[in-house]
Amino acid sequence: MTPGARRAVNVVMSWLAAAAAGLVVLPLLLILAFLLWQGVSAVNVDFFTHLPRPVGEVGGGMANAIVGTLILLVLAAALGLPVGILGGLYLAESRDRRLPWIARFLADVLNGVPSIVIGIFAYTIIVLPMRRFSALAGGFALAVIMLPIVVRTSEELVRLVPASLREAALALGIPQWKVLLRVVLPTARAGIITGVMVAIARVAGETAPLLFTAFGNRFWHQGLDQPIAALPLQIFAYAIAPYDDWHRQAWAGALVLIGLVFVVSFAARVVTSGRFTGVR
Amino acid sequence: MKTAWIMALALLVTSAFAQPAATQTLINGAGATFPYPIYSKWFDEYTKVDPEVRFNYQSIGSGGGIKQVTARTVDFGATDGPMSDEQLKAAPSELLHIPTVLGAVVATYNLPNSPKLKFTGEVLADVFLGKITKWNDPKITALNAGVSLPDQPIVVVHRSDGSGTTYIFVDYLSKISSEWDKKVGRGTSVNWPVGLGGKGNEGVSGQVKNQPGALGYVELAYAVKNNLPVASVKNAADKFVTPSIASTTAAAAGAAKSMPDDFRVSLTNPPGDEAYPIASFTWLLVYRDQPNELKGRALAKFLWWMSHEGQKYADDLLYAPLPTPVVKQIEAKIKQITYQGKPLLAAR
Amino acid sequence: MAVVAAVPRVEVQAAPRNLGDQVLRVVLRAAALTLVLLVLAMVVAMVHASWPAMRAFGWRFLVSSTWDPVAEQFGALPFVYGTLLSSLLALLIAVPLGIGAAIYLAELAPAWIRPPIAFLVELVAAVPSVIYGLWGIFVLAPLLRVWVQPVLGKTLGFLPLFQGPPYGIGMLAAGIILAIMVVPYITAVSREVLLAVPNTQREAALALGATRWETTRIAVLRYGRSGLVGAILLGLGRALGETMAVTMVIGNRPEVAISLFAPGYTMASVVANEFAEATSDLYLAALIEIGLLLFAVTVVVNALARLLVWSVGGPVKAIRE
Repeated sequence: MTPGARRAVNVVMSWLAAAAAGLVVLPLLLILAFLLWQGVSAVNVDFFTHLPRPVGEVGGGMANAIVGTLILLVLAAALGLPVGILGGLYLAESRDRRLPWIARFLADVLNGVPSIVIGIFAYTIIVLPMRRFSALAGGFALAVIMLPIVVRTSEELVRLVPASLREAALALGIPQWKVLLRVVLPTARAGIITGVMVAIARVAGETAPLLFTAFGNRFWHQGLDQPIAALPLQIFAYAIAPYDDWHRQAWAGALVLIGLVFVVSFAARVVTSGRFTGVR
Repeated sequence: MKTAWIMALALLVTSAFAQPAATQTLINGAGATFPYPIYSKWFDEYTKVDPEVRFNYQSIGSGGGIKQVTARTVDFGATDGPMSDEQLKAAPSELLHIPTVLGAVVATYNLPNSPKLKFTGEVLADVFLGKITKWNDPKITALNAGVSLPDQPIVVVHRSDGSGTTYIFVDYLSKISSEWDKKVGRGTSVNWPVGLGGKGNEGVSGQVKNQPGALGYVELAYAVKNNLPVASVKNAADKFVTPSIASTTAAAAGAAKSMPDDFRVSLTNPPGDEAYPIASFTWLLVYRDQPNELKGRALAKFLWWMSHEGQKYADDLLYAPLPTPVVKQIEAKIKQITYQGKPLLAAR
Repeated sequence: MAVVAAVPRVEVQAAPRNLGDQVLRVVLRAAALTLVLLVLAMVVAMVHASWPAMRAFGWRFLVSSTWDPVAEQFGALPFVYGTLLSSLLALLIAVPLGIGAAIYLAELAPAWIRPPIAFLVELVAAVPSVIYGLWGIFVLAPLLRVWVQPVLGKTLGFLPLFQGPPYGIGMLAAGIILAIMVVPYITAVSREVLLAVPNTQREAALALGATRWETTRIAVLRYGRSGLVGAILLGLGRALGETMAVTMVIGNRPEVAISLFAPGYTMASVVANEFAEATSDLYLAALIEIGLLLFAVTVVVNALARLLVWSVGGPVKAIRE
């Protein structure tokens, strides 16, 4: 090929690649635009403060679903974070021979499991023995989904803490456990928080595992051992129904949900920007 | 900064444990989408009658109602397809069927100008068997002289979930068409020969609404509330009857007089000039022996209210109220609900 | 990698010297064990619960297309077929776009544009599935029904792939939505694979007078080939397990059909739709067996993907999304 032809090919391919990138991002912009257009009119004070109205009646809101989602997230974090962060710490620090390898492998396996399968699991070991659907079961399912993300991020961040920091602390005679808890973890804190927030943003939108665990609730939550409403569940129920008012509310709910997810994702980024893990 | 986060977290967590207002009893139920409009109205109204109790009902389909109440993950179930003997035997203790209202399963469709159409049971069976595939099929045009039907394929819509509405519909088709009975049969979930699946009455009406040329079966209230046209069907007396409260009540006339003790009765294809052929009772499933006294009593009280004061809400929502002799039988049945052997409802 | 991850192994502690170390060691091990036991419990619980169906149907389960709850005959073929077809369709669309975008981000784009585009790509992955489904029902399906499918039917209707009435919802809609959801994963991992290719490869090509594109083609893509395959497999793994968006647009019809216009059903969708109401034990066991099948397939695909991706640049950083 002549040099000119090769340059031309180069330009064409660059444009094609740019077009590909554009097409990847385009649906996001389309969806956001559509969400804003359809949802903004339905998002009002009522939406955030009222409970759903009986079937077919106009009005009402998703207040209980919004609070429900927040509660489920707190529950998932409470169940998943301790095991996740400690697990990550274990994988980074342990000198055991086989368990770290097995744990790491299974964490990766868990990461790829479809969330509906995790929902089945939560149903069999929590809903059935407890004989009821509950926020606990929903929170458990979400925690299991969060777990591998938190474990791997924590492991990676702990590994990034410089050896010099540990060695300095150890040289001062500080016992190993204190070094880990008082020096290593705090240094890795920012990164771990990012990982946690990313995990939360991921599970905030999960619907499938909540279908047969949290179950949904038309009213305010009554306690963690009772069914609870959740934003994605409500959006799903309204989306497949025929009532126009419900469709509007579904769009509004989607707007609120995506707002929540994006805010948490942004916050995660802000936490790490400029505060990279390492020496404080 | 750190303390602020901790406090916010603590606030959220405590609010999770906080009980709103007075200690309310939450009673959970699940099941049929068929009566969901009136159930949600009832449960909303009942919070004014008894503010101590909240009924949380999730419309997941009759199949789900039967399954979850059998597994005891909910306090009561709801179904429009009565439980079979095997299903009742599989339950941990005796389950009662309490009829609540009557409804009609209608054929609804999406055609330009929403013409009023007439169907017979055989034609409906053929459509759902996949033997009639176009709107202007001679069998359909023969019944609907004067209506111009398009040369378009019929988009059949059925339920994708376990449904009592399905049960009522296929119960009717099985009685009318021996081919249907042999090939597909009865059940809350059947092996549909053709068609798209929608989740719940909501899903099917949603599909029909969005899909030109669609034909589906839903409960009357769903079709009317969504401005979908409703077909009249030929009944056993060879008359074309439009589904309505009156024709539904007429369908129950015979059964009302000879209602079996456990209330499990089929109303499809009944005799009577005015009777709509695809109607049915819908039932709440409750355990005769309640495991929890507080909830059991609240449930029994609700059932009493439902079968008396609650019936006045039926008309507006296009359900037919319970016939009076049936209400008397229900009263007797409610009095049989016990907690550890003691009837929960004091003699009224 | 090894340098950064160095934990001081200077003191060879045969036994921890104080209580604090012992306690921490036990606690950390417990956390790891919890993770291990959780996954094992999942497998055991599902195998146990699906045993009745496995015993009743055996291997026929995988090849039978009857899904008849009344007659209690269950076969998973329509769902396996639907899952594979929708995922394949999704990959067909997502792979060229995803790898193209990755090439753009890793090799060809000007430096200033890379962070915002990479960020937007991550946002695409952050959108919850149910919102894609919502958009699918109200925007994509009508679009397909009114514009795309009639045109495809008229022009390419001689192919059995494009025959049948235009419903809007169906396999085509499911494939497109899946493609949109899967493409950011392919892009992100491919980009990391490409970035892991040593610069020496690029420099060598550039030294020989190659253009940027030629450098990419000769030096980078070839070197990172197995990693890119891994990225594709990762995308496949995601597509296989996707539930909500697919359930909302696929039509819920358990039937093996050739046409892309026809409605279908996937393994994840049937579980989502019918799990809460499987009224008989065999029905429930059949559904759980489908869940188990899905679990097994996604584990294998993901493991393969990871192996291939690591073969290029070493263990990839924690998968974030």
